[in-house]
Amino acid sequence: MKQLTPSVNSVDHILGNPIAPLELVEYGDYSCPYCGRAYPIVKEIQQQLGSDIKFVFRNFPLSKIHPHAFSAAVATEAAGLQGKFWEMHDIIFENQRTLDAEHIFLFADKLGLDIERFKNDIQQKPLIEKVEKDFESGIRSGTNRTPTFFINGVKFDGEWSDNQLLQYLKSVLLGNKSKVYES
Amino acid sequence: MLPTGTIAPDFELYSTPDQMLKLSELRDRKVILAFYPADWSPVCDDQMTLYNEMGKYFARHNAQLIGVSVDSKWSHLAFIDHNKFNFPLLSDFEPKGGVARSYDAYDEKTGQCQRALYVIDEKGIIRWSYLSPVGINPGADGILNALEELDNVKSLNQ
Repeated sequence: MKQLTPSVNSVDHILGNPIAPLELVEYGDYSCPYCGRAYPIVKEIQQQLGSDIKFVFRNFPLSKIHPHAFSAAVATEAAGLQGKFWEMHDIIFENQRTLDAEHIFLFADKLGLDIERFKNDIQQKPLIEKVEKDFESGIRSGTNRTPTFFINGVKFDGEWSDNQLLQYLKSVLLGNKSKVYES
Repeated sequence: MLPTGTIAPDFELYSTPDQMLKLSELRDRKVILAFYPADWSPVCDDQMTLYNEMGKYFARHNAQLIGVSVDSKWSHLAFIDHNKFNFPLLSDFEPKGGVARSYDAYDEKTGQCQRALYVIDEKGIIRWSYLSPVGINPGADGILNALEELDNVKSLNQ
């Protein structure tokens, strides 16, 4: 059983209830078509499970086959410095076929970011290192393709398409709840 | 699978249509030997694409990655080109699977290599191995841990 290493911490981008009983972590690549397919599925899961789930996205850019994936990841981190990580994450996945620099700046503009600051931030070493560290943590955790999901710290090897991930999460939630009742 | 501590059998196989690579030429470096069933198959694609991103991490440990399958050198050439791989794929083509057999990593039923990993040290000794179920991409965490452990042991002995 492969474990998330390191576990979710303060450098992560966390969406949803921070003390939710379910924690879903995705290692994803913004240019990966499978991650693009998983994007609305994860949104639907968050909608359905509400405060029972928190979602964390970690970068796993496969730069050799996806030349824009790394810079797109850095762009989300730079947007994060202006409080718009998830907005950038969303707009990128919604337009994942056009992730060249020109489009990234268009997105930044659309989100109302301070463009000068954004331009400066995407070249900063700490942001680049953040993306590299995410990738390395993915390797350590046993990520072997994108997307790879971890649920409450354990690698999910099942199918995520259609509503299979949602059903699985619901079953974990039920299991958790019954444990709470037992104790 | 060959046990840890045994000498890695030497071999010489085509790495490109006109070049051969001999394992013993890589002494003084660690070698990660990744046997895999077939070019173009879904899981192998994922596995090799992942390893292709790992160059920097393997280099930190003075390690060279080598893929081996029974595909022809021409198939490898196209597979490398298509996926922009930056490490060699060797063609265990004639006699078919001969090297895989010597590493106990050949599947006689399918006539393909198994999904087997070996880490060989600078002296040509097998230090770690892992046989993955054929349908499962083993990832790179095991390799990285093995490389780290080797380097840790070395620094302790110095």
